Amino acid sequence: MNNKFIHLEDIEMVFSSKQGRYTALSQVNLTVHQGEFVSIIGHSGCGKSTLLNLVAGLIPPSSGVLLCAGREISGPGPDRGVVFQNHSLLPWLTCFGNVYLAVERVFGGAESKAQLRARTEQALELVGLKEAQQKYPHQISGGMKQRVGIARAISMQPKALLLDEPFGALDALTRAHLQDELLRIAAATGATVLMVTHDVDEAVLLSDRVVMMTNGPAATIGEILDIGLPRPRNRLELAENRDYVRLRGEVLKFLYQRHTQQAA
Amino acid sequence: MNVIPMMKKETLPLSRQDSTRPARQTALSAVQQPAAREWTASLYGSMDALIKWALPPLLGMIVFILAWSLIAGHSPQLPGPVKTWHSAVELFSDPFYDHGPNDQGIGWNVLHSLERVGLGFGLAALIGIPLGFMIGRFAFLSKMTAPIISLLRPVSPLAWLPIGLLVFKEAQPAAIWVIFISSIWPMLINTAAGVTKVPADYLNVARVLNLSELKIFSKILFPAVLPYMMTGVRLSVGVAWLVIVAAEMLTGGVGIGFWIWDEWNNLNVEHMIIAIFVVGIVGLLLEQLLLLLAKRFAY
Repeated sequence: MNNKFIHLEDIEMVFSSKQGRYTALSQVNLTVHQGEFVSIIGHSGCGKSTLLNLVAGLIPPSSGVLLCAGREISGPGPDRGVVFQNHSLLPWLTCFGNVYLAVERVFGGAESKAQLRARTEQALELVGLKEAQQKYPHQISGGMKQRVGIARAISMQPKALLLDEPFGALDALTRAHLQDELLRIAAATGATVLMVTHDVDEAVLLSDRVVMMTNGPAATIGEILDIGLPRPRNRLELAENRDYVRLRGEVLKFLYQRHTQQAA
Repeated sequence: MNVIPMMKKETLPLSRQDSTRPARQTALSAVQQPAAREWTASLYGSMDALIKWALPPLLGMIVFILAWSLIAGHSPQLPGPVKTWHSAVELFSDPFYDHGPNDQGIGWNVLHSLERVGLGFGLAALIGIPLGFMIGRFAFLSKMTAPIISLLRPVSPLAWLPIGLLVFKEAQPAAIWVIFISSIWPMLINTAAGVTKVPADYLNVARVLNLSELKIFSKILFPAVLPYMMTGVRLSVGVAWLVIVAAEMLTGGVGIGFWIWDEWNNLNVEHMIIAIFVVGIVGLLLEQLLLLLAKRFAY
């Protein structure tokens, strides 16, 4: 439980553009343990999505050390399942086809087609979409699309699940529903989860630890809050839980008192 | 209009039954009559929609034919719509006769033109589409080919004909060459543009899943580019059909373009006008066919 599963050391991220160099992240140090659920929260533009893209391997850091399961992250790979903010499903494939593409890539070499199909169906069943598997993305709702995105990520049995504001584009009711599902899935699979969010309730409800980022440029980790709330967690019971209210208040205080965003 | 008697028949037994209670009978027929009115209203509604849909194009055709006969009435060389129609009926009664290479039915002429278009366009697609994919995928290749494409694309199609004649020494391949070179650009440019416009999200999915180049092509690149490619194909076929008439006028042989020229030499003006309609209708059909095909690939 206490090994360093995802490890970031002195990460610096500098973007060069025509306007000059922009330091997005500086001096970022973070360790995520195996099976841990960690949220990254901060104002928009603080580089929290950049941080996730670094762990996903979609962009290389300007300097610093990035490790996943003891190995350096040199690029994207199926050991880190990514759920994108805008679901990023391929519109010409059915829900089944979208997940199957991922399953085939990871397990295609070793397993038969029937086994691959069973894996795909299993992943879709886990997110409650077994009935809709032959539908195309444009035929299903935004919440269902995001579930397919989650199914695609977990179907690869990744060592880590990376979520980039996964529920940001959804309405409040659907969001709450999917948060509960994510809690259940994380508990069922024992996955290590790193999630970027701008929703304080979401961060406190789901996480073991909440990483709070300062504002850019040269954003870094301002504070890490331990959420000691027992699991399984229940949204309704927690709403009146004194610890929950206190932790929520601390995150809010960090975001709106100490690191309030200057008006653009 | 036979709706209302039918409704009356239905209300008759009711009125016999309820003859003791006239108040209820009137209430019932009051309920049923609006239903009948609704039915006829919906009939009139669909008639109305039909008229609204058909009237403007019909009116356009009538104005066109009137203008044509008016102009024909004032210039003795130009045949009017009626004379042209009679000539067309005669022409299309035997579209596939064959009296030697210079006298064949209109059907043969159209088919030969379509064959040249098909060959020239097919070759253009065979080379233009893969080249478009490569130019779109590799920025270096794009920069390399950009000046050549921008230089050659605006050249008038017929400017290529003498070179074709010089190289191939024959009319038939020269005409196909002209079709090829003038119809390759829309496909090449649209395909390349489509590749550069594949959403970054889809390519990120490919990277996260670590897909092979073959899978990236078959599952992401090709389906994402298909709508752009189909637009290119449609434009290319349009250009090819546009160019074939002029090319055949110059190269000769059996074909709708040569046929127009031949009828001009025979001073058969009705046939020249019929040929213009045939060219227009065939072009329209090609366009509609490809639009139908493109619709199947829209997401």
